[in-house]
This record gives sequence, C-alpha cells and structure tokens, in this order.
Amino acid sequence: MTATVHTRRPWILGLISVALLAIALAGLALLGGRTLPERTGPPVEEIAVEHTTLTPGAIELTVRNTGPDAVSIAQIFVNDAYIDFTGPTEPIGRLASARLRLDYPWQDGQPYKISMLTSTGLVIEHDVPLAVTTPEPNASFFGLMALLGIYVGIVPVVLGMLFLPVMRVAGSRAVRVLLAVTVGLLAFLAWEGASEGFELAGRSGGAFGGTALVVLGAGLAFLGLTAVDQWLRNRRRAAEAAGGAGVRLALMIAIGIGLHNLGEGLATGSAYAVGELALGTFLVIGFTIQNTTEGLAVVSPLTERRPPLLTLLGLGLIAGAPAIVGAVLGATVNNAELSALLLGVGVGAIIQVIVQIAPSLRESAGRSFDAMALGGVAVGLLVMYSTGLLVAA
Amino acid sequence: MTSSTRRRFMLGGTVAASTGLALGALPLRDYGPATADSPPAPPGHPAHHPNTSAHGGGVDGPTFRKGAVVDHAANGFDPTEVLRDFDYGKTSTRPDGRTVREWEVFASDEDIEIAPGVRFPAWTLNSRIPGPTLRCREGDLLRVHFTNGSHHPHTLHFHGIHPAEMDGIPGIGRGVINPGESFTYQFDATPFGLHLFHCHVGPLAEHIARGMYGTFIVDPPQPRPQADEMVMVMHGYNTTFDGEGNQLYAVNGIPFHFMHEPVRVKRNELVRIYLVNVLEYDPVNSFHIHGNFFDYYPTGTRLQPTEYTDTIVQGQGQRGICELRFPHLGRYMFHAHKTEFAELGWMGMFEVTE
Ligand SMILES: [Cu+2]
Repeated sequence: MTATVHTRRPWILGLISVALLAIALAGLALLGGRTLPERTGPPVEEIAVEHTTLTPGAIELTVRNTGPDAVSIAQIFVNDAYIDFTGPTEPIGRLASARLRLDYPWQDGQPYKISMLTSTGLVIEHDVPLAVTTPEPNASFFGLMALLGIYVGIVPVVLGMLFLPVMRVAGSRAVRVLLAVTVGLLAFLAWEGASEGFELAGRSGGAFGGTALVVLGAGLAFLGLTAVDQWLRNRRRAAEAAGGAGVRLALMIAIGIGLHNLGEGLATGSAYAVGELALGTFLVIGFTIQNTTEGLAVVSPLTERRPPLLTLLGLGLIAGAPAIVGAVLGATVNNAELSALLLGVGVGAIIQVIVQIAPSLRESAGRSFDAMALGGVAVGLLVMYSTGLLVAA
Repeated sequence: MTSSTRRRFMLGGTVAASTGLALGALPLRDYGPATADSPPAPPGHPAHHPNTSAHGGGVDGPTFRKGAVVDHAANGFDPTEVLRDFDYGKTSTRPDGRTVREWEVFASDEDIEIAPGVRFPAWTLNSRIPGPTLRCREGDLLRVHFTNGSHHPHTLHFHGIHPAEMDGIPGIGRGVINPGESFTYQFDATPFGLHLFHCHVGPLAEHIARGMYGTFIVDPPQPRPQADEMVMVMHGYNTTFDGEGNQLYAVNGIPFHFMHEPVRVKRNELVRIYLVNVLEYDPVNSFHIHGNFFDYYPTGTRLQPTEYTDTIVQGQGQRGICELRFPHLGRYMFHAHKTEFAELGWMGMFEVTE
C-alpha cells in the first residue's frame, strides 16, 4: 500500500507536506505574530545610490531605499558644505527610488563626497571618485561603447586565435606550457577581479548585500558554466570519437572568457563614464594586447583538429562580444552593486575556465602535472604580479 | 568607478602579453602619469567635457535646501531671541546689603529640529540650545536651583571661582544629580568676565554636545559702557553620535539661522558680543567678521582689550568679548574662519540700519 503511494503518487505526499507547511505558517502568522516583540531601536535607514549624473553645476543622484524603514533625506552636504537640492520632501518608502538634483559647482577631475543627512541625523555617504560630465547616452555614444567593446573584446581574441597554425607546428608540449601560463594569468585576473569587486561592493554601502554580491555572481557563474559543460558533455558523448571533445572544451573556454570579458567591458565602460579613458587610448590597447592571450586559450584545445572557419569565428564572438555589452552597461548603468555582481560573474567564469583547462596541463599519459606545467602556472602568476608592480611604480 | 587596480592589471596584461608574444616592450615610463592621482585631462582633449568653465549652481555659498525652515515655535526657542535674552534671575537683598540672585534651571530630554527636517535627541537646560544666559554682578551671592527632569544623570558645573563642593562634578560635594532629583548650587559671583556652565557627567563630551551648556556672565563692579549687547554661543551637532566631528555647526542653536534672519544693529552704535565656544569634537573654533574690526577682551576678565582684529580663535571652553561699531550701512557676514564649519552651518549676517 505505502509502496504504491511512494512509487506511483509521490506528488500526493508532496502536496500534503506543502499543505501542512502552509497551514503551520499561516497559524504562526495569525497567532504567533502577535506574541512576537515589535522591532525596537532606531529606524534602519539605508540608501543606495544607483546612478550618478554630472552636468555643469549640478549632480543628479538616483537613489533607492534598500532598508526596512522609510528614509527622509533632509539635507545634503558635498565635501563638507551644505548645498541646495531638489528632490522628494516626503519620506522615500522601502524599495522606492527618488531623484535628487544637487546644486553644486563641481570641478572637472576632482573627487567628491556626497553626504545625505537623514531626518534622524544619520549620514549616508556617496563617493564620486572623479567628476566629469556624464556622457549623453545617444546613438553615437552607444556606437563608441560598442567600438570600445570590439577593440577590447573581439579583435584581440580573434588575433590570438590567429596563432593556431603556429601552435600546431610548436607541438603539444609547447601548447601545454602556454596553457599553463594562461592558467597563471587567469588565476591572477580572478584575484584582481574579486578584490576589485569587493572594493566596489564595499563602497556601495552594502544595500543589496555588498561583498556577498561578488561571491553570489562568482558562484552562479561557476555553477551555470559547469552545468552547461555537463550538458555539452552528455550531448557530445556520442560524437566524442568524431573529435567533439576539443571543440567542446574550446566552447567552454570561450564562454568563460566571454563572461570575464563582460566584466572587463564593464570596467572599460565605467572608466569611460568617469572620464578615466580620456587619459589615453593606451588603456584600451593594454586590454587589447592582454586579451590576445584569451584567443590563444580558446584555440589551444583545437591544435589537433581543423574546425570550420565559421566555428572559429563563432568561438571568437562568444569570447569577445560580451565586452561590448559590458562596455555599454558600465558606461550607462554606473551602478556599483550591479558592477560588483558582474565582476563576480567574471571571477566565477575565470575559475571555471581554469578548472576546464587544468586537465589538459597533464601529460597525455600521466595523471600528475609535470614540472613544466607547474612552472608555466608560476610564470603566469609572476608575470602578472611583477608587471603590476612595475606599472604602479 | 573602477580605477587603479583595474588599470594596473590592464597594463600588467599589456606587459605580460608584449613580452610573452614578443611584440616589443612598450614604454612603461610613459604610463607613469596615468595613475589615478594624475591631473585631469589635458586641455582640448575630451570632446565630452563641454562647459567645464561654467560653475553652474551653488556658487552663492552653502545653504540648506532652499525654502525649508526650522520650526522655532515647536522647538520652543528662537536663536534671534537667544541673542539678547539675558536672565538676571530673581534678586533679593540681604540685611548686609548683598544682592542674592536665584535661578531655576532644569534639565530635560527634548527632540529638537536642529536643521530643516533633521531631528536631534537633545539633552537641554531650560528646553533650549544653548541653555539660558545667566547674568549677575561680581560679588553677588548666586543660588542656582537645579532640577533634573531628564532620564539621565546630570550636574551643573560653573566656570568661575568657588568651593570644591559647588563644582558640580561626580564624586565631589553633592555629585551627580539623578533623574527626578534637585540641588541648589550656591557660590559667589567671581571673577567678573564671560564664563560658561555645562553638565559635567561622563561621557562628558556627549553630555555637553547633546546641548547641556549655557553662558554665565559676571559683570564688573563698574558696568561696562552702554551697548547693544548680545550672546553668541558657538557649538555643533554630532548627529551620528560617533564622536568624530560634527555634521552641523551653529551659533545660538540653529545652523545658518542668521543668514535668513540677520542680526539687526544700528549704525555707529557700540555692539558688544559675548562670544562663547562650547564646540565639542573639534579642537578649535573661530569668529570672523566682514567689513569691520573689533576690540577683543579674552574671557572678559580685564577691561582693556588685548587685540584689535577681525578674526579670533577659541579652543574648547574659551570665550571673549568683542566690541565694535559698524560705520557703514548694509549686510556684513560673520562666520567661523574655520571655513569648513562655516559651510556646515556656522555663518550669519549683521544688518546695519540707521
Ligand atoms: Cu549631563
């Protein structure tokens, strides 16, 4: 009898459980709710600045109340001077948003600390690290962002892929070392991306979870990519003998690098939005050259095959195009929390790529990593670290 | 938004790739100026910076949100009235001819609107910030009946010369006056000068910063010359209660108040300002006047000025008398010449009329 229920009607049992749970919760809410103490203490006031727009003589903030209680922004001071502003005089309700227009003679290229004084005397701060007139989001602006995305994303990846013939000649040993160096580079990038995401999330005030967002983004990206990988693996199992494995690995690397490039595009776009790219196009060039290694990484599993040109192009687009999306998002959305989440996504993607590449670092017969592979990883790490020092000096 | 670390790794990548792929070394030195603390873009460079010379709004100086005002009636005090509100107490004469002066001072917890729309859980003396200006003449016998109607223990500590048991600090004499209790502080009015009184219960800075202070003027035996007299108490509000500076600075209770309601004075009439600094959390405060100079009498304990100036600096608890005449009509600003304080509320105007 019970066996029948279990095997044939498991959903009945499930429904009964859910119903019982609902009844219990409803009962708790009706009866227990009154016996629970009221939340005491001062109101919890949280305001997240979602968007900052600078026009000559004015700073416009789009803010959202992310706390449990309504918030009244009574006065605002910028760099320790009270200013006139327009905005709601009524309290901003939970999860509601509002626009504040600050009357302030900000100067080009200067940092600003905006302090919102609430009705209870709490100060909520927002930093503008570098003030520049916010670009108008018109067609030519989006065009420029797309172009930047192509520069830092697609062009270098495709350039890197051009090394495929060279790698074929070099042989599997050289490819393995190159992959190992790539792992080292990526590991350092993952660390940089994570620490930057944490810094950004810390600056945002933590309304939507702060640093947890980075971890969330990384975890989701890692799990999602691993799931895609498994799905591809199953799908291609039949075609394994036909050489599908190499393309599958290449696709996974391309997706992983693509998500990483989303974060990179985000950095480019937001750097542009705060005017930093105005300091020199060489920053874009820097990204571009660095990303050629990503092209190498994408094609490295393909040295023993001759995939169609369209497949190669598709892989290049998957790896490079997200930079365009990132650049547009970064320049227009300008939201620390979203950026932290997307940086986390990039970090998770890099880690997934590393996990993907790691098996190919092994000697084809052996189970362990040889000294060459380990040395390659170390070189990758060291190169990233030491060049970082050189540049900072 | 994403600055130095990102750029470092971008450049790091550049170098890594350029060495690794033998693309030739890039001139690293040239990247030096491109760090986050570099100067803004060179002139003529960015096409998206129109109008950088235009200052736009805000150049007229600091202000609260325009059109917003504090409800003085609800607060129960108005800084303009505090200005010339001297409390001489209830006087009587003893058989020996000595004047006895008595005041009622009470402590209470008050929710005060210290800036338009900003509430502050203050601890006050006589329900105002600053507390009352108690005024007497040197040699008077003073009796201050203190009642603690607050939920917190307090005292009254007077600057001046008096016996230890009248000092109004914990552990000496009557010590702490607990909620619901009262005590009479009794001492002689000496020395003449401009003093202050405040609560002296720990944590001391908080008890003072919450609003428990007032001015204590002991007039010299021979009165100072006739003048338009006023009290200005410089102070601040640490609304976040973190003990690190203040979010609002004021004279006589409400920041920027005298910008909207200038202090009215008559041309060529002697103006005497009793200037007191009870600012907490910042080491010094200052006072500067526009279009004029004043004679300064530190602590008011001598009848000769020590300085003829337009700016003086006072540490915590310091005070002095400023005497001046305005020869010209019009509006003249006064403010802390710690200009940061000025822009956070400590500024106002004199309006000189015939
Ligand atoms: Cu006290």
